[in-house]
Amino acid sequence: MAITVRIPTPLQRLTSGQGEVQCEGTTVTELLGDLERRYPGVRERICDESGKLRRFVNIFVNAEDIRFLQGDQTAVKDGDEVSIIPAIAGG
Amino acid sequence: MSLTKEQIARYSRQLILPEIGVKGQERLLRSSVLVVGAGGLGSPAALYLAAAGVGRLGLIDDEAVAISNLHRQILHETADVGRPKSQSAERRLAALNPAVSIQALPQRLTAENAREILGGFDVVLDGSDNFPTRYLVNDACVLLGKPLVHGGVIHVGGQVLTVLPGRSACLRCVFPEPPAPGAVPSCQEAGVVGTAAGLLGSLMAHEALKLLAGFGEPLADRVFIFDGRMSCVREVAVRRDPGCAVCGEAPTIRELIAGREPACASQQEG
Repeated sequence: MAITVRIPTPLQRLTSGQGEVQCEGTTVTELLGDLERRYPGVRERICDESGKLRRFVNIFVNAEDIRFLQGDQTAVKDGDEVSIIPAIAGG
Repeated sequence: MSLTKEQIARYSRQLILPEIGVKGQERLLRSSVLVVGAGGLGSPAALYLAAAGVGRLGLIDDEAVAISNLHRQILHETADVGRPKSQSAERRLAALNPAVSIQALPQRLTAENAREILGGFDVVLDGSDNFPTRYLVNDACVLLGKPLVHGGVIHVGGQVLTVLPGRSACLRCVFPEPPAPGAVPSCQEAGVVGTAAGLLGSLMAHEALKLLAGFGEPLADRVFIFDGRMSCVREVAVRRDPGCAVCGEAPTIRELIAGREPACASQQEG
C-alpha cells in the first residue's frame, strides 16, 4: 500500500494525465520528494526555490490543511490521501 | 408582498419545494446579487439567478465579447462579438425574466469603487478572471461583512467556496496570497472547458439561492473541488486562519488600497 496523492487538473499533464498517483514517504516533505522523483517538474509548481509551500497552494492530508497540522513535517502513512489544491482565478 | 398570478405560475416548481416555498420566493424577490464577471462562471450563475427570481441582479464586466468566449460564456451570442458583455448580458437576462431588475455595469472593479458597488447588494458572486480582482473582492466582502461565493475554473476543473465574513474561512485564510503575475496560467493560456464552467457557475448560483432563500448549509469552511477529468468531486475542510491578513486577529488589511492589486496582464479575458 502507498499514499494516494491527488493532483489538481492543471498539473495533471505532468503526471501523464493521472488525477491520482501513488507515492511514499513518512512526512509531507518526503512525499513531495518522491512525487518529484516520479513526476519531475511537479514540485517547483507547488514549492518555491527554498522548498517552502507556495502561498497560493495548499496541501491537505486526509482533507485537513497541513498548515493547521505540522506543516511540511506532517506525518503521512500508507493509506492516507493527500490533496494538492492551488488557488484558481479563471472564470 | 404577495405573489402575483404570473409569479405563482413562473416559480411554481420552486414554490412547492419545502426548501423555498412562498416565504423563500418572497425573500428571493426582495434580494439582490452582484455577479463579478459576465464570463464562464458568471454566465450560468446570472442566468439561474434571474430565472429563479432574484429581485435585483448586478453584473460588472468591462470587457467586450470575443468569439473565443462563446464556447463557455453562454450569456452572449455570436452577433454580440465586439459589443460590451454587460450589454449582451443585460439583454439576455431581461429576455429570460423581465421582472428582474438588471444593473449592468460596464466598468472594472477597483479599490476605489469596490466598497460602493459591492455595498449595494446582499450577496456577491465572484466569477472574475484574474487574481487581483479575486483578492480585491474577497477583501472588500470581508470589510463590508458581505457574503461571498467564490468560484474558479481552469482547464477541466475548478472549485467553489462560500465565505461568510467573520464566521467562516475567507479566500485569504485558504490561500494567503495570490501568485505572482504570470506564475499561474490564465484560461487564455491553459484552456478551459465550457461544461466545467457551467457546472461550477451553477453551483455558485445555487449557493447564493441557499443563502437568500434561507435553506440548507452553506458551502463554508470547505472547498468543493471538481475534477473534470475523472468527473469526481472532492471536498477539503478549511478554517479561519487567526493570522489571516484581512479577517484574522490582527488584520493588516483594513482598507482597500489602490495599487495593491498588481497591474498584471490579467486585464484580458481569462
